[in-house]
Amino acid sequence: MSQKLIIIGAGMASGRVIEHLRETSPDTYDITLFNGEPRGNYNRIMLSPVLSGDKTCDEIIIHDDAFYEEHNVTCRFGEKVASVNTAAKTVTSENGDVLAYDKLLFGTGSNPFIIPLPGHDLDGVIAYRDLEDTEQMMGLGDTHKAVVIGGGLLGLEAAAGMAARGVDVTVIHIMGHLMERQLDEAAGYLLRRALVDKGITVKCSANSNEILGRNGKVRALLLDDGTELPCDLLVMAVGIRPNTGLAKDTGIMVGRGIHVDDQMLTSNKDVLAVGECVEHDGALFGLVAPLYEQAKVVAKTLLGEAATFVQKEVSTKLKVTGCDLFSAGDFAEGENREDIIFRDPARGVYKRLVIENNTLLGAVMYGDTDDGSWFYGLIKDARDISDMRDTLIFGPAYQGGSAMDPLAAVAALPDDAEICGCNGISKAQVVAAINTGAHTLDAVKATSKAASSCGSCAGLVADLLGITLGDDFKMPEKEVICKCSDLSHDDLRKLIIAKQLKSIPQAMQELDWKTTCGCHVCRPALNYYMVCAWPGTYEDDGKSRFINERVHANIQKDGTYSVVPRMLGGITTPNELRAIADAADKYNVPTVKVTGGQRIDLLGVKKEDLPAIWYDLGEAGMISGQAYAKGLRTVKTCVGTAHCRFGTQDSTGLGIKIEQAMWGAWSPHKFKLAVSGCPRNCAEATCKDLGIICVDSGYQILVGGAAGLDLRQTELLVQVASEDDAIEVACAFYQLYREGAQYLHRPYKWIAKVGLDWIKEQIVDDLANRKEKAESFHFSQQFYQIDPWAERAKQGVDAHEFTPLADFTKVAAE
Amino acid sequence: MSDFIDIGSLDDISPRGARVVRTHRGDIAVFRTASGQIFALDEYLPGKAGPLSNGIQHDNKVTDPMRNWVFDLTTGEAQGADEGAVATYPIKLEDGRILITASAVTTVAAE
Repeated sequence: MSQKLIIIGAGMASGRVIEHLRETSPDTYDITLFNGEPRGNYNRIMLSPVLSGDKTCDEIIIHDDAFYEEHNVTCRFGEKVASVNTAAKTVTSENGDVLAYDKLLFGTGSNPFIIPLPGHDLDGVIAYRDLEDTEQMMGLGDTHKAVVIGGGLLGLEAAAGMAARGVDVTVIHIMGHLMERQLDEAAGYLLRRALVDKGITVKCSANSNEILGRNGKVRALLLDDGTELPCDLLVMAVGIRPNTGLAKDTGIMVGRGIHVDDQMLTSNKDVLAVGECVEHDGALFGLVAPLYEQAKVVAKTLLGEAATFVQKEVSTKLKVTGCDLFSAGDFAEGENREDIIFRDPARGVYKRLVIENNTLLGAVMYGDTDDGSWFYGLIKDARDISDMRDTLIFGPAYQGGSAMDPLAAVAALPDDAEICGCNGISKAQVVAAINTGAHTLDAVKATSKAASSCGSCAGLVADLLGITLGDDFKMPEKEVICKCSDLSHDDLRKLIIAKQLKSIPQAMQELDWKTTCGCHVCRPALNYYMVCAWPGTYEDDGKSRFINERVHANIQKDGTYSVVPRMLGGITTPNELRAIADAADKYNVPTVKVTGGQRIDLLGVKKEDLPAIWYDLGEAGMISGQAYAKGLRTVKTCVGTAHCRFGTQDSTGLGIKIEQAMWGAWSPHKFKLAVSGCPRNCAEATCKDLGIICVDSGYQILVGGAAGLDLRQTELLVQVASEDDAIEVACAFYQLYREGAQYLHRPYKWIAKVGLDWIKEQIVDDLANRKEKAESFHFSQQFYQIDPWAERAKQGVDAHEFTPLADFTKVAAE
Repeated sequence: MSDFIDIGSLDDISPRGARVVRTHRGDIAVFRTASGQIFALDEYLPGKAGPLSNGIQHDNKVTDPMRNWVFDLTTGEAQGADEGAVATYPIKLEDGRILITASAVTTVAAE
């Protein structure tokens, strides 16, 4: 006599249970199958190919009517279960029928999580979970716009599917890069690039604020930065929650999901659960492989056989045409964990293996995923990989090849890429010179002019010699940025421009970085190079800046900060001084000091007081003095003709004008200026990065001074006749330095490398170039002359930097 | 047996960012890595390093802003030639909330 088994939910996991039962012991159970959806078991994983048109609805049905008939399953589709009585062992359907069971199986799956944004209940706001959702998306065409919230697996598949139908799609993702649970930053960048190529707009680090509607139907999504994204359909794909409502009412133990033991039994011995509704040992399940494992165990338990469900590593593949992506196992960083990274910028390939104790823990691959299943096998089997470690990343087919080629990025440059900016020499011209007999750096300089001026492209020319001549050329030693890269600073700066690299992850990928996300040495350098190369379009990465530049104040040895307001040219007013005095009183500033750059320093301000003190100073008209910046610091002046009997020009006025033009700019290192009204030089202009000495006949522009670890006197760059010319030369010199010097080199170090004569050629002899450099500087300034204090004091920028996450010192001790 | 206390949402810390939790026994820095993991370490190694929450994060490490010591977030140990370690505290994520071991933040250490 067969027992009665009732299954609630006809999904992929419970479907697999039915198959196992019928294969092994067809007559043990008399099965009744309830399903809320008016259909049987279909392959939800294949909804994306249906959406994109690669498959039809019929093709993804797993069990059709014939299957249920043949296997003697009583189907009650489109009918929900209203309640379960575990004491009486009965199930009541919503029609009122009461059915008795011997065993009950929950396969209730999961519900999509809908963010309770205002407007989430509007028409046209859907999840991506079943055929109905898919059909709604398929109803859109090339006149429609859609927004997808969620840059995870499902959200991106939905976006790509709709984009393939011509829909204008925007993806909103709250995290910094796509699919952050499966991918690291580098692979996330490649994925984003591929989606953008498909015409999809991708916004990361974006927060949704409200869904806007008209006549009860969705009209647009409003982000919290005020952006409005019009849409005809809004798809939320932000995650799933186990569907446990009925189980909870039944009284069996439910946490995040229905609790099951290793035999898939719930807290009631006659009730089992399987699939996405289950919580096993603290984990939830969304991918199909572990669900099918569970189904096998459920079937055996039902048949009284011993079986144990064991959680295993899982792998993910994105089903979007043209985006080859694979991730498996655990790829978080950790103690004793090591990375093997392979990047092929030309092919857009990124592979990363995470290894611990000679076993493979995780793998992330993008662009070339052929070896994915092989790596997945190594992870699952925890095989010792020590004997093949050297060639592991090349996959199963590869044995004993040569090491990676550090010249790959240079070799991949197009022929017309500019190698030498000074003389306008392309890669093809350098290679042509080498092929016609120039086999040394000097010979290339002589025949092609490349690297013959400032010399900063010498590293790239040497690389080209190496690529073209092979072993015949001995590469000169070069100083690399840090252990993360084989490039020198000069190479890096040139490649950022030549390859149009516009973000840090992009640069790391295209230039073959050896670590996943750099270090405290290369990140700030990369961030500066991006700031300089792409003003207005590059989004500054505060997390790649030293703390002083991140919070716009100087950290002191006790963790407090110092605050220096800007005083153009060292000129202040009684009102400013009053505001400074009031602020010093109000915030208990222990030390008020006059600095060497003619400014007033408030030392010992607590980090959490910074926005408030800035607010007060801002109300009095003061902005940040940027005394912390690798950027423009101060212009020191003497009083000049305004008061001094020796003064030859209005040195104070010129200093103020220069500071007005230059404040806010970032540079490779700090940049200090001074203007003295006569050769007596009271403003000490001859030890500044740029100093001006006024004389009767005009203005001497002096550069390359220093008065720090090294003491350097300035050298004369040029004498000009007018204030306007003096300002133009100053801006042009600063821009040339900003574009050319390596990060953390003061101008004197850069001048020693490129030569003062070269600088004179650029901005003294070549007037058109001088003007162009000054204009580039002014262009950049429109984006960077923003008072960082006002942004933080009044607009709440980076508010999280200044307040504790939690404060237990204010909680009364019990 | 340790109890955990909710100290905020994962969204309260930006990726590669860190924030401080003030306690009667000193500040604790809570880090969020690029991959969304969280760690809790002492903010200071007295006389040697800190405030660590102000450092630059890279992988699962943070570089101290004062002397450029690099600390492993998983162990609290200084890397390379530098010797020393800051205490680490059990911390976990549940449904987007950050939970720290109660003994780290309460006045009296629970034995």
